[in-house]
Amino acid sequence: MSDDQTTDPQMDAEAPMEADQTAGSESLVADLAGSIGIEHQLSSGQDVFIVPKERWREVAAATKDAGFEMLVDETVVDYLGVKDVRFELVAGLVSLQHNLRVRLRAPLPEDDMTVESLVPVYPGANFYEREAYDMFGVTFEDHPDLTRILMPDEWQGHPLRKDYAVGSVPVQFKSSPEAS
Amino acid sequence: MARADGAPGILTTTVQKAAHWAQTQSMWPATFGLACCAIEMMATGAAHYDLARFGMEVFRASPRQADLMIVAGRVSQKMAPVLRQVYDQMPEPKWVISMGACASSGGMFNNYAIVQGVDEIVPVDMYVPGCPPGPQSLMHGILTLQAKIVSGEISR
Amino acid sequence: MKRELHEVWITGTEEPEWVKRSTDEGAQKMRPEEKGGRLTEQTGTAVDDDFIIEEEIPEDELMIVNMGPQHPSTHGVLRLQLELEGEIIRRSKPIIGYLHTGMEKTGEELSFLQGTTNVTRMDYMSPLFNELAYSLTVEQLLGVEIPPRAQAIRVLMTELNRIGSHQVFLATTGMDIGALSMMLYGFRDREAILAFFEKTTGLRMNHNYIRPGGVAADLPDGWRSDIDGIIEKALAGMDQYEALLKHNPIWEERTVGVGVITAAEAIAYGITGPNLRATGVDWDLRKAQPYSGFEQYEFEVPVGRNGDVYDRYRVRVEEILQSLHIVRQVADSMPKGDYRTDDRKVTPPPRARIDQSMEALIHHFKIFTEGFKVPAGEAYVAIESPRGELGAYLVSDGGAKPLRMHIRAPSLANLQGLPIAMSDSLIADTVATVASFDPVIGDVDR
Repeated sequence: MSDDQTTDPQMDAEAPMEADQTAGSESLVADLAGSIGIEHQLSSGQDVFIVPKERWREVAAATKDAGFEMLVDETVVDYLGVKDVRFELVAGLVSLQHNLRVRLRAPLPEDDMTVESLVPVYPGANFYEREAYDMFGVTFEDHPDLTRILMPDEWQGHPLRKDYAVGSVPVQFKSSPEAS
Repeated sequence: MARADGAPGILTTTVQKAAHWAQTQSMWPATFGLACCAIEMMATGAAHYDLARFGMEVFRASPRQADLMIVAGRVSQKMAPVLRQVYDQMPEPKWVISMGACASSGGMFNNYAIVQGVDEIVPVDMYVPGCPPGPQSLMHGILTLQAKIVSGEISR
Repeated sequence: MKRELHEVWITGTEEPEWVKRSTDEGAQKMRPEEKGGRLTEQTGTAVDDDFIIEEEIPEDELMIVNMGPQHPSTHGVLRLQLELEGEIIRRSKPIIGYLHTGMEKTGEELSFLQGTTNVTRMDYMSPLFNELAYSLTVEQLLGVEIPPRAQAIRVLMTELNRIGSHQVFLATTGMDIGALSMMLYGFRDREAILAFFEKTTGLRMNHNYIRPGGVAADLPDGWRSDIDGIIEKALAGMDQYEALLKHNPIWEERTVGVGVITAAEAIAYGITGPNLRATGVDWDLRKAQPYSGFEQYEFEVPVGRNGDVYDRYRVRVEEILQSLHIVRQVADSMPKGDYRTDDRKVTPPPRARIDQSMEALIHHFKIFTEGFKVPAGEAYVAIESPRGELGAYLVSDGGAKPLRMHIRAPSLANLQGLPIAMSDSLIADTVATVASFDPVIGDVDR
């Protein structure tokens, strides 16, 4: 028999991470915002950092150093007609050691949609940024492979923008013009 | 024998009927499970709703060895050329079942990303509605297809 | 962990440079090692193996092979581009997008109540989880309280879904690696759960049952005995799976030490769920950041050690047992009460009331045609799905439809770790590794 590995690794039911939502841990987020020098808000009860887009990678790296090891999400929101600055780049970070979540948001003006890529800091940002490029047209500097990921390579346009029609075909007997 | 005017005579008709019957009794589907319908297709092939009793013993991975393509799931813009290529690789006689609402007509996804009905790409012989169609619906579709082949309604 | 290159491969020559450089992750043993001897000594003659590896393989002999998007490994339409040197994979690239459905765009056209019909078809192996994440986020934006019975029903249904999803994992992984009976076992045992779902929600899959405000309907009569039957069948099935796979030498040869990913790599790529727990990190959202009343139930979180295919398989098997334990606790302690919140602006009134009260009729009409309005704001709520952290990020501008609906797909992050797990392994190990990550392409592509 191979001597690589015991055949039945014990399933350790270790004590679960302390869900330590004491005031001490929450002030970690506030302290972090203070030390980096960015605005800290609460949105629907969740911690949000509003980050200027030039400092995107810097703030992400600082947050990673403070204990937020995992990037769980990076996406874009199109606020056409709702907010002055049209796009907003949103990233979600999780700290396993402190059991905290924080959300980074960076407004992106329509005429300048280039931002630094997070791939050097969090390698897992790769596919998310490609999707943001594909769906919204945001360009990420230093991304290893910024190509379309969900649509075919030769597709024109960025589908999730608000000015891109949903592309529905007319269906008989449906009265509403934006039937889906 | 065949009659002088070319219409099938008694012997040819019987051979033709026998050929059609034989085609239906051992149709091998090509694996073309795309999305949720694929899970129901697998469940139809599994032990509870056994498809093997109708001759569909194996789902062939290679389209060269399959005669039935069950398009199970939504077909996206990127997948459409692949679908056509797999269909072209299947040898005659071949049939296509469009399983589920998304394959038949685009389903609930009437948008830029989904081909609104797989019959825009390949000729379809049977549409099975449902989202997803349960195994009984799929089997009903397959058996109806077999009946249509035997009766000569769908000729290949 | 290192696997040893069998020394018979290289007859009489020193190991070539590239072998020393390679991490050797997936180099297969050709024969099990006999105690204290090599093949040559065993037969007494020097075996001239015709599988001789050249000293150096020039760069232009790297072959690029495509797996998919249509291939028999039943994980959906994933395309893997592999760069091969002989039989060893040097680089790999997952190419996705073959199932892109534009669900996030469609989500902006549907009201918040209709949103669950859309979201449920993303991760089609565990549809109730998608609905739960979406509903929890809508409820966070609305600020409504969910009654305890609704929460308990949600836990019951989602844990049953977790069991079903892991059973399909066992079925498809077993089939991919060669244990063809597993396919039949897994799907057979799942039928009991699907029958219960059909009885409660009306559908076997894609239920649209967990909605913002609670659940769509109460549990049917006789649900308790159905649950007992499901638990019994699942446990009997588990005995069969264990007998077939757990100490099976062929299974172990194909899964132990294959597709290894370390904890640091997993965290760097955002991999969560059983894939992360198999590397040794104890992170489960049901324990760390509980939702829907999970803190009331006692269960353990299985954690692996080596991050290989075998550990990912064991973690999921143990999770099935833990989920059965949770299901029994929920069934024993199911509270009485409403199955959805009272707030009539959010949940439709019972159908009987529509005949009696004008207000009920108006509420019903408004909710189903226009949809209820959600205050402006944005929220992200994540739950623990069978594949990892499944989160819904919803932005509302105060209207009846979301301004932006984004689902954080666990399988997308898990797929990013695939090239790492597959580096320097053989093609046969690719199938095992992909199967063990349990990706659902509907989740990846949305």
